[in-house]
Amino acid sequence: MSAVIESHNHDDHHHGPAKGLTRWLYTTNHKDIGSLYLWFSFAMFLIGGAMAMVIRAELFQPGMQIVEPEFYNQMLTLHGLIMVFGAVMPAFVGLANWLVPMMVGAPDMALPRMNNLSFWILPFAFFILLSSLFMEGGAPNFGWTFYAPLSTTYAPPSVTFFIFAVHIMGASSIMGSINVIVTIMNMRAPGMTLMKMPLFVWSWLITAYLLIAVMPVLAGAVTMMLMDIHFGTSFFNAAGGGDPVLFQHIFWFFGHPEVYIMILPAFGIASHIIETFSRKQLFGYASMVWAMASIAILSFVVWAHHMFTVGLPLAAELFFMWATMLIAVPTGVKVFNWVTTMFKGSITYETPMLFAIAFVVLFTIGGFSGLMLAITPADFQYHDTYFVVAHFHYVLVPGSIFSIMAAVYYWIPKWTGNMYDERLGKLHFWLSFIGVNVTFFPQHWIGLAGMPRRIPDYALQFADWNMISSVGAFLFGASQILFLFIVLKTVMGGKKATPEVWEGSRGLEWTVESPAPYHTFTTPPKVT
Amino acid sequence: MFRKATTSVNKTLLTGLITLFSTNIFAAWDDLNMTEGVTAISKEVFDLHMLIFWICVVIGLVVFGIMFYSMFAFTKKKNPSPATFHENTKLELAWTIVPFLILVFMAIPASNTLTKIYDDTEGDINIQVVGYQWKWQYKYLEDDIDFFSNLTTDWDEIYNKTPKGEFYLEEVDEAVVIPVGKKIRFLITANDVIHSWWMPDFAIKQDAIPGFINTAWTIVDEPGIYRGKCTELCGKNHGFMPVVVKVVPQDEYDAWVQEKKDAAFRMAELTEKDWSVAELTERGEGVYLKNCVACHQANGQGITGIFPNLAGSDIVLNNKPRNVEILMEGVQGAAMQSFANQLSEVDMASVITYTRQAWGNAENGDGEIVVPKDIVEYKKPKV
Repeated sequence: MSAVIESHNHDDHHHGPAKGLTRWLYTTNHKDIGSLYLWFSFAMFLIGGAMAMVIRAELFQPGMQIVEPEFYNQMLTLHGLIMVFGAVMPAFVGLANWLVPMMVGAPDMALPRMNNLSFWILPFAFFILLSSLFMEGGAPNFGWTFYAPLSTTYAPPSVTFFIFAVHIMGASSIMGSINVIVTIMNMRAPGMTLMKMPLFVWSWLITAYLLIAVMPVLAGAVTMMLMDIHFGTSFFNAAGGGDPVLFQHIFWFFGHPEVYIMILPAFGIASHIIETFSRKQLFGYASMVWAMASIAILSFVVWAHHMFTVGLPLAAELFFMWATMLIAVPTGVKVFNWVTTMFKGSITYETPMLFAIAFVVLFTIGGFSGLMLAITPADFQYHDTYFVVAHFHYVLVPGSIFSIMAAVYYWIPKWTGNMYDERLGKLHFWLSFIGVNVTFFPQHWIGLAGMPRRIPDYALQFADWNMISSVGAFLFGASQILFLFIVLKTVMGGKKATPEVWEGSRGLEWTVESPAPYHTFTTPPKVT
Repeated sequence: MFRKATTSVNKTLLTGLITLFSTNIFAAWDDLNMTEGVTAISKEVFDLHMLIFWICVVIGLVVFGIMFYSMFAFTKKKNPSPATFHENTKLELAWTIVPFLILVFMAIPASNTLTKIYDDTEGDINIQVVGYQWKWQYKYLEDDIDFFSNLTTDWDEIYNKTPKGEFYLEEVDEAVVIPVGKKIRFLITANDVIHSWWMPDFAIKQDAIPGFINTAWTIVDEPGIYRGKCTELCGKNHGFMPVVVKVVPQDEYDAWVQEKKDAAFRMAELTEKDWSVAELTERGEGVYLKNCVACHQANGQGITGIFPNLAGSDIVLNNKPRNVEILMEGVQGAAMQSFANQLSEVDMASVITYTRQAWGNAENGDGEIVVPKDIVEYKKPKV
């Protein structure tokens, strides 16, 4: 794919951003909104991370030391909700805002006012959610999966605020996805056919469709909860003729595609970075696209693998086991493609590449444990233990979050016009890499040895590795302050970046100067 | 001769060391791996787990091997001009088909084991398991035995005021007792929220869901005490409701059944007895500490906004009929459950009396007490 800019003149009278706070409140500029999303998500990452620190501090030793079990449950619930809906998802939307228009040669997102709205409702959602910490009865305490009836009949009063917060997050995600789809479908530069789109754009197109398909399902689930709590229905109340397992079916019909929503954009990012720093074309572009599409479609028929222990009939258990195992095929294709792209390349190891390689390796480890979890009889032993905690943190932290960090290091010269400090970037990488593995690898073992998840205290045989895991978590947590420092330092100044930034970079965003002007591609480029 | 002796001493030492070392290693490894368990099914599950694990290890070694080789061999320094190849239909077909075949190879034993686990026929002994916040109830359907199993680890141990015992958080007042060699079927359900009954040594994990009865079965051949846990987040004390199963020889089991039946008879006698306030209060305190203290706290003051205060509560002070009703029926839409089936008439009467006497309630309220016969009266069908 080669991209040629035909005309790239900026009109002289083109206005820059407005000044002051109103710039950010009223902005319809995709770059500003992208930055807002990214900063918001980083703030949430720190808040959710602080909660993880409370959890790991309590688990540092057996016995109750720091918090009460009641508050511990609130922490683990909010940690999950904030990391999923507040940190990972908005970060990917922020990257989509910054990158999709520039990658397809469009001047902005297709629906800029809706773009503003979809961001600005998010802070309210999380304000409502976090304010529940100060309410009588405390914050939601039923886990981020909020299984009924613990989240309905037995929930604290703040559950109603939680429901509204989830509604607002859902509305924001749906608007964001509509924007991405409309932009990609209508605003590509002439000559950019679907199969010429950069992989990040492909990954987001598929992600956006998944979001539109499942966010309404989540909205339905929380609305039914609201009805059960306040209007006397019994959707999930067995005593009233309802069905608590129905809740889990609905939740995971949303929840499984949701986990791919949090990993597909990461696939796109890793593909770009590995290609760039291997200085070699991606091995199989078409098969990467098809693999992502297959994963997305399969994600709709595997939800009950989260529910192997609820007492499903044998036929259902077999079907969901086989369907889940099948996901390993397209996922394998992606990993093989990244490896063959590096094979016979000409590789250098800047910070984005380090994060991308760690992403491939550690995500694959998470994939292996995922495959083990798919084996239903073995899942009877793994289910709801720390083995599961280790699995999904491996795909989410060194998976999604490493890819987001890789993306920030990779594109920040384009955003700010400055190179980040390579030495500090590498330091941040190694601290995070060590921290993440020390935190989560031992959790495989304590899970296999029999420690259930979501408990504030544990039997003595799990003590050693819990302590080590906590030490790793503190290291990982502290290293993220370094990340904040590196980003701020880069925003303030640094070595000036060239338009291409990287020797091996490919794609339209590298054809505009660094930092990218406030308005790019007001005249569409021609792609050949 | 002398030399020979040293060699043999050396040998003994060496063997000893090796044994010591290797048992330690294996012990350490066992602590970090899934238990093999003690049933035919649990051993099959363990083998399956190890099979998949080693397959993943081999695939990992191949993939990461190629990747790490590329990372070292094809740096910009060593390979300044990158190759330009891309796409290769044969290779891409191979890396789609080969993994698929490996998956089929894994799916066959997994499906077989799963089918065995799904044997739904009657057991020799059928035990209903009911999850409550935060304890388990066991009902032996054939023998009419019915009891609750509570954590016995002291709260002082949990709050680090006293040293932790060997079976910290894994000990209960009354274990489920089953005989060796018999097919035991568990019928698992819940009374309030969803719990999950997990016994790793039998490879059984079944969710206990209100309104549903899930089944699981086992045949255990090795007597012993086996420990498991609740594995579904069920509220505040989810971490404090362990599962303990005691597997005993058949004669020991029969003796246990007889003893349980005798105890039930003695309890019936206690109900008829005339109780003094002091006797009731003393017994009631024990019942309170076992069943009520988790929510209502030792000082009776509950937790503001979640668990009501009993010290000075109007119902506890002055409204005996409503007081009894709440304990017997629970409170709809709140965490307060019905204790009618959990507590004997004696325990029910004494715990209510205790709350009406403790924390200055006797002085501030009507001080009326409840005797076991009141509860018997309450339980009679109303005309």
